Amino acid sequence: MASFYLWGMTGLPPFGTYRGPYGTIVNRVSVPDTHATGVVSVVNFVFRGFDTVGEEFILFVAAVGVALVLRHLREDEEVEGKDAAPGLDVPPTSEAVRLIALAFTGPTLVVGWFLATHAQTDPSGGFQGGVVIASAVVLIYLAGQYLSFRRLNPVDVLDSVEAAGAGGFVGVGLGTLAVSAPYLADVVPLGRVNGAVDAGGTIPFISLCVGVEVTAAFLLITSELLEQTLFLKEG
Amino acid sequence: MSAGFLAVVGVPPPHWATEVLQVTLLLLAAGGATTVVLCRAPKRQIVFLGAYGMLLALLFMVVQAPDVALSAITIGAVMLPLFLLLALAKIEKEDAE
Repeated sequence: MASFYLWGMTGLPPFGTYRGPYGTIVNRVSVPDTHATGVVSVVNFVFRGFDTVGEEFILFVAAVGVALVLRHLREDEEVEGKDAAPGLDVPPTSEAVRLIALAFTGPTLVVGWFLATHAQTDPSGGFQGGVVIASAVVLIYLAGQYLSFRRLNPVDVLDSVEAAGAGGFVGVGLGTLAVSAPYLADVVPLGRVNGAVDAGGTIPFISLCVGVEVTAAFLLITSELLEQTLFLKEG
Repeated sequence: MSAGFLAVVGVPPPHWATEVLQVTLLLLAAGGATTVVLCRAPKRQIVFLGAYGMLLALLFMVVQAPDVALSAITIGAVMLPLFLLLALAKIEKEDAE
């Protein structure tokens, strides 16, 4: 069977040949049309913006599903405010881990913010920036106690922030409808300089909404999972 | 990437450099995946999975897809081991009770 596979693979065109017309058209059209040099984000948020709305809701539904199941599981079992689970032999966090996590929290936050707001200029985007910001908050958990992590993201706030992000993306599309353009068309004035940060029309707004939603979704999942392991059970 | 090579070393890279990098990283990804599967202890497997995520991100960079590489780093090397470790801790806690 492996020999058939190998025999079939010898008939393929060489690695890296590209024949389709879509890529060449996108290469020619994207920068003049949107004045944005991050072509992947242009395809993601402008040419195929409606598909990206659907993708965002995949993450949204996943986070909501995790929250639903895990909160139902711990409804009758939780004792507020304790930080350790009995019967679990937990060694204290080493000082090296705490120091490095503390040192890297600030830079990670800055890098995440940069990624989320520069979707139109560099290879970055709202999703990547959002996950990096979420991991910066998780570094705070590594550097300190769980309780400070928990104070930083109370779950009600996370729920509303995530909904605001997802709704914001949809809202940008509805805003373009309000000025009688097609849904999610590029109606914000494009910048003058190709590839400047204020270029790209609706891309920075969409990317920011996506970043907010992704951060909240990942922090929601992480705090739900952490609360499963770290809270005492009754009986 | 060849611009970086040129800036650091001073001579342009040979024309087969990209192919060599791609083949090497593909072989390493294959080896890494086998390692992750053959490892039996869950905690060690999670560490290997994180390293494999970084390797995949390098592979995506070398085939000129930096957006995907960024996503692969954040998800595969940060979030996935974190979620797996938390699930593992929950299972071990239930076993200990």
